[in-house]
Amino acid sequence: MEISARQPLPATKKNHPAGGVHTADPFFRMLVMATGIGVLVVLGAIIGVMAVGGWKAFAVFGPEFLISAVWNPVTQHFGAAAPVFGTIVSSAMALVVAVPLAFGTAFWLAALAPPAAAAFIGMAVQLLAAVPSIIFGMWGFFVVVPLVAHYVQPTARHLFGHVPGLSALVAGAPFGTGLFTASLILAIMITPSITAVMRDVFVSMPTVLRESAYGLGATRWEVMRNVVLPWSRQGVIGAVVLGMGRAMGETMAVTFVIGDSNHIGWSLFAPANTIASLIALEFPESSAGSLKLASLMALGAILMAISFLTLWFSRWLLARGQKAAGG
Amino acid sequence: MATSRSLLRSDRSASLLLRRKVTDRMATGLSWLAMLIVVCVLGSILWTLLKNGLAGLSINLFTHSMAAPGQNGGLANAIMGSILQTGLAILLGTPAGLLTGIYLAEYGTNSVLARTMRFVSDMLLSAPSILIGLFIYMVLVAPLGHFSGFAGSLALAILAMPIVVRTTEDMLYLVPVAMREAGIALGAPKWRVILFICLRAARGGILTGVLLAVARVAGETAPLLFTSLGNSEWSVDMNRPMASLPVAIYQYAGSPYQDWMQQAWTGALLVTLGVLVINIVVRVGTRGGRT
Repeated sequence: MEISARQPLPATKKNHPAGGVHTADPFFRMLVMATGIGVLVVLGAIIGVMAVGGWKAFAVFGPEFLISAVWNPVTQHFGAAAPVFGTIVSSAMALVVAVPLAFGTAFWLAALAPPAAAAFIGMAVQLLAAVPSIIFGMWGFFVVVPLVAHYVQPTARHLFGHVPGLSALVAGAPFGTGLFTASLILAIMITPSITAVMRDVFVSMPTVLRESAYGLGATRWEVMRNVVLPWSRQGVIGAVVLGMGRAMGETMAVTFVIGDSNHIGWSLFAPANTIASLIALEFPESSAGSLKLASLMALGAILMAISFLTLWFSRWLLARGQKAAGG
Repeated sequence: MATSRSLLRSDRSASLLLRRKVTDRMATGLSWLAMLIVVCVLGSILWTLLKNGLAGLSINLFTHSMAAPGQNGGLANAIMGSILQTGLAILLGTPAGLLTGIYLAEYGTNSVLARTMRFVSDMLLSAPSILIGLFIYMVLVAPLGHFSGFAGSLALAILAMPIVVRTTEDMLYLVPVAMREAGIALGAPKWRVILFICLRAARGGILTGVLLAVARVAGETAPLLFTSLGNSEWSVDMNRPMASLPVAIYQYAGSPYQDWMQQAWTGALLVTLGVLVINIVVRVGTRGGRT
């Protein structure tokens, strides 16, 4: 009693020095708000710098910049089509591999795994997501590239090389580097993050729904297929789009294994390029103020636009999925 | 008649049951397969790193700077450069992220400004890191005319900041209202309640976010290629080009020299182990804290 009666007095005295409270609070508010606005400014500056830096390329080449596949520093002619093609094709192919893998793993983690194993494997999957991308590049270059060169591509050529239509897909010398290998590495890199989001979406479903389906005698797959998936469709698509966004911006892993060649072609095994790897490889050789640098900046602006659109789209889908979950 | 019809029906239902069972088994099997593939890939990466990297682990690596092939060089300058650049990036990125997170959770909450900031911070989180490097090159390196460790740190800070923003905001939401009310009731102004009560209660989670940011930026290569460039000599001057482990790995792994390759693998092993250890500490730590 004595303590509680005495305690508040010094505290009150201490906290109300004349005017102190009134000036400190708005000041702190302004401080945190200004820092937050600083974050906005940084992003605005990034977009602005890319646009301004790349303006010269658009001014010189016009809309042709977007559709031209030429990249020739000698004649000073640059076009975006080849790296944009490489970026989109490698990301799409990465998704084709990553989505079934991620879905299978998420299904296993959410429905099949014993709890202890789920915790362990779940952590292993998240660790895979934390491995730096240059490590995937090295691993891809020294482990996956020889495998592709010695086994995958010869086998593919043996199987499909004489089939009309498919033969173009497997054409080319067995370098091991190229679109196929890059897509494979990208798939491995984005699988953990897609898995993590999918697992969260699956687990967040009300248990009652799942239990009632089991109660009706449904098998685990039927519960997944007919109850969990329809319920969490938006979230699953959101996770996939998020993975695609990551694949498109990935630089180092791709730079190691894509083979660096600016051309558009049918062959999966031919060397290619993506926007990010082209920037990483060509930037050190472009002098300030040159047309080449402007073209690289313009490519950066295009990459930024693509990745923002995918992020916005995936967020929209994830938010819609969450709204459906709440309602 | 009746018996044959019921027999037929049970026959049909038996085959349906069989089909459902087979489908379920197949889905289960494929799911196991997917999980095993993912685990094998992780295993293969770790195994490759250990097999190739352990051989190059020596005292020399930590005491000598990078040198020409055959000159018995080490990675000391790259390790030091990585520590300095990552450290400065965290020192710059953490306060910015912390304050922004406080604004989002305590002041802005659902205002248009706060929602925009939240979206922008998410965009920065997923922006291709090479573009951040390009940006710093254009605004800092090109005007000043030289690459520098400071430019590299700034690029990494931009990458670290959104992670801190996100965790700070999320952790502040978890602080019970009763604790804020208790602080206000004692007559403390809002800024003191936020700094000394809410932040203190949320410090474990925020520290987790900072550690994750360290892990994320420590392995980044792309933004450093155009900002701190790399340096083959020992240098702790932030105003000069500075070596870093990921950039050194990138240079060495593409070289034809046996000893550089060895050092690339060992460097890769060091970076990966560092990042994985931080992540494991974070996950084990947070799991222990919550339950």
